[in-house]
Amino acid sequence: MNWTWFHKLGSPKWFYEISGRWLPWLACAAALLLVVGTVWALAFAPQDYQQGNSFRIIYIHVPAALLAQSCYIMLAVAGAVGLIWKMKLADVAVQQAAPIGAWMTFIALFTGAVWGKPTWGAWWVWDARLTSMLILLFLYFGIIALGQAISNRDSAAKACAVLAIVGVVNIPIIKYSVEWWNTLHQPATFKLTEKPAMPAEMWVPLLIMVIGFYCFFACVLLMRMRLEVLRREARSSWAKAEVRARVEGVR
Amino acid sequence: MSFSSFGEFLAMGHHGLYVWSAYGVCLGVLLLNLGLPILARLRYLQDEARRMRREESK
Repeated sequence: MNWTWFHKLGSPKWFYEISGRWLPWLACAAALLLVVGTVWALAFAPQDYQQGNSFRIIYIHVPAALLAQSCYIMLAVAGAVGLIWKMKLADVAVQQAAPIGAWMTFIALFTGAVWGKPTWGAWWVWDARLTSMLILLFLYFGIIALGQAISNRDSAAKACAVLAIVGVVNIPIIKYSVEWWNTLHQPATFKLTEKPAMPAEMWVPLLIMVIGFYCFFACVLLMRMRLEVLRREARSSWAKAEVRARVEGVR
Repeated sequence: MSFSSFGEFLAMGHHGLYVWSAYGVCLGVLLLNLGLPILARLRYLQDEARRMRREESK
């Protein structure tokens, strides 16, 4: 396998150029998928025979929850890469992805509560899945706070990486919580090994929304990382040239 | 189409308030996540433009 791309990631300039080329495509894909998915989910998917129309909340609840967990795994991987290869870009990724992950966890918890009221009769229960997702939110808060509290960039990067790696133990707990402690929350909608239990007109829009959420995340993450790279590299000649070129457009 | 009228679509079979508030908050959070980096970039470039003008006039 060719690993040059991995070593090039150590170069902020290369990252800035390549991400600039990807960003428009990602943005178009995210917008298209989210619009198609939302219209399909709200107006065309059939209603659930038990839950009626409240089940339509699944089309934002599941993508947000999946993304919140994937984002945390990404934080841990980026943290490990930063610790092992001393890659500066990894810390940029950790710092910029954490707030997005926290917002996604918030969406999952909020839509879950709103869905729980008509379905379970309660906004919140101390169910294992709900509690472990709340812990995920606090882990995100911890990483954000730690990154901002330590003024030395290298120390902050190390502390955040360690917290991200240690906290990743929560991810399998979230994943298997519905099987280990079978209380209220329903089991996973999608499994890689089995066919979905819903009819296609229900799960196809869900799949579209999941991919749309991932594209949206990639898009926002790249936007945030590009600005942060520009800030951190403000003294290098390429960043100065880039800012000068952009500033002409702003004036 | 699983609704026969726009009124039915809004009502979501007695679950309108739940469905629409969940989708509304989700849309708000997504727009916030999209808007903040765009504003931050614009503000950074404006600050840099101001700094460059100051340095040029020196």
